[in-house]
Amino acid sequence: MSIWEYANPKRFMQTSAAILPWVSVAAVLLSVAGLVWGFFFTPDDYRQGSTVKIIYLHVPAAMLAINIWIMMLVTSLIWLVRRHHVSALAAKAAAPIGMTMTLVALVTGAFWGQPMWGTWWAWDPRLTSFLILFLFYLGYIALWEAIENPDAAADLTSVLCLVGSVFALLSRYAVLFWNQGLHQGASLSMDRKENVSDVFWVPLVVTIAGFVLGFVALVLLRTRTEIRSRRLRALEARERMS
Amino acid sequence: MIALLIRDLRLSVRSGGGFGLGLVFFLLVATLVPFGVGAETAVLSRIAAGILWVGALLACLLSLDRILALDHEDGSLDLLATAPIPLEGVVAVKALAHWVVTGLPLTLVSPVLGVLLNLPAPGYAPLVLSLLLGTPALSAIGTFGAALTVGVKRGGLLMSLLVLPLYVPTLIFGAEAARRGADGLVNGTPLLLLAGITAGTIALLPFASAAAIRAGLR
Repeated sequence: MSIWEYANPKRFMQTSAAILPWVSVAAVLLSVAGLVWGFFFTPDDYRQGSTVKIIYLHVPAAMLAINIWIMMLVTSLIWLVRRHHVSALAAKAAAPIGMTMTLVALVTGAFWGQPMWGTWWAWDPRLTSFLILFLFYLGYIALWEAIENPDAAADLTSVLCLVGSVFALLSRYAVLFWNQGLHQGASLSMDRKENVSDVFWVPLVVTIAGFVLGFVALVLLRTRTEIRSRRLRALEARERMS
Repeated sequence: MIALLIRDLRLSVRSGGGFGLGLVFFLLVATLVPFGVGAETAVLSRIAAGILWVGALLACLLSLDRILALDHEDGSLDLLATAPIPLEGVVAVKALAHWVVTGLPLTLVSPVLGVLLNLPAPGYAPLVLSLLLGTPALSAIGTFGAALTVGVKRGGLLMSLLVLPLYVPTLIFGAEAARRGADGLVNGTPLLLLAGITAGTIALLPFASAAAIRAGLR
């Protein structure tokens, strides 16, 4: 049995229907457990006070924002190479979730930055590259919406995703270079993992797992919706023909 | 391919082709900025290089929808797609023609606008050099954006949304090279990186653009 069997829409619908409830419940349980644990049962940081707790929203959202784009890149490649419709639809389904996660990461970061850095926004490399990633998501979604023919839309957005990935990566490092020119932000580039102690680490991992499962559940759900609307459109076309 | 280049150049120079529109837009941007930030020469000379780069980028963006949209409307793009020369070559020639009628003139008039914005004396050569190296990348990326939206009715706004994020690395390195030059610093590294981006986009993006046109025309 190979993974390509799930490219069959019927097979995909069966499997996703079977696992969707489990994934959804697990996602809710883990997210709620991790967030409640993180918000109410961990101590305040000795320097950041209670603002440290935004980490439980910020880090999972930021991780997902980047990884969803990578997932879209992989599914776009599969669509371009093997022409599996489920793959293209999964990329389409994932994009708005990725955009929301980017926005969540930016907004929670601003809320944390206001008391900690004294500013809502700084042109720091990480912040800037996330803003650029947000713009890429916007363009990708807008292109899906603009094109009528579903196959042409899948082709064009896949090409955009490939080229966009290269340019997003370029921008990430170009922004580092640009920021060095202004020599800013030594305090902003701290490596979080080395600073986080186990007290914060364990609930953070639980929350991340919850967010990832939540993403999987949403993608499955949205892909199922897309497949159904495709089928509906095919049925309508058949009705008109007869 | 040479015939195609000459045809594109002729079309864009004649009236309605939009040649000169980009230049006038560039001049307008340079004129409007002092109204916005004040006429203080110290402020202007500090931001002149960056303003000129952003202005050149926007002027490039303005003329992008003419690269393919007009050909798509009158059907000549379909002919070109079925012509014996590869579509990748057609796209590359179109990007080159766009650069000759926008990027090159913008580069040539930028010193004059530098005078308007009080660019410091050591900044002129780096500004011209960085624009000369960077504007081909702007044309190549812009052609890709035009190719993505060729089948979309009134896709101009959508194309700007797609193309502007792709312009970020080029703008960063180009403006950085020009700014370092204006400050009298060494600017070899950003210039080399800019040249790298230009070489890479010219070499690879025509393939992506041709794929996009094929998908859009199907």
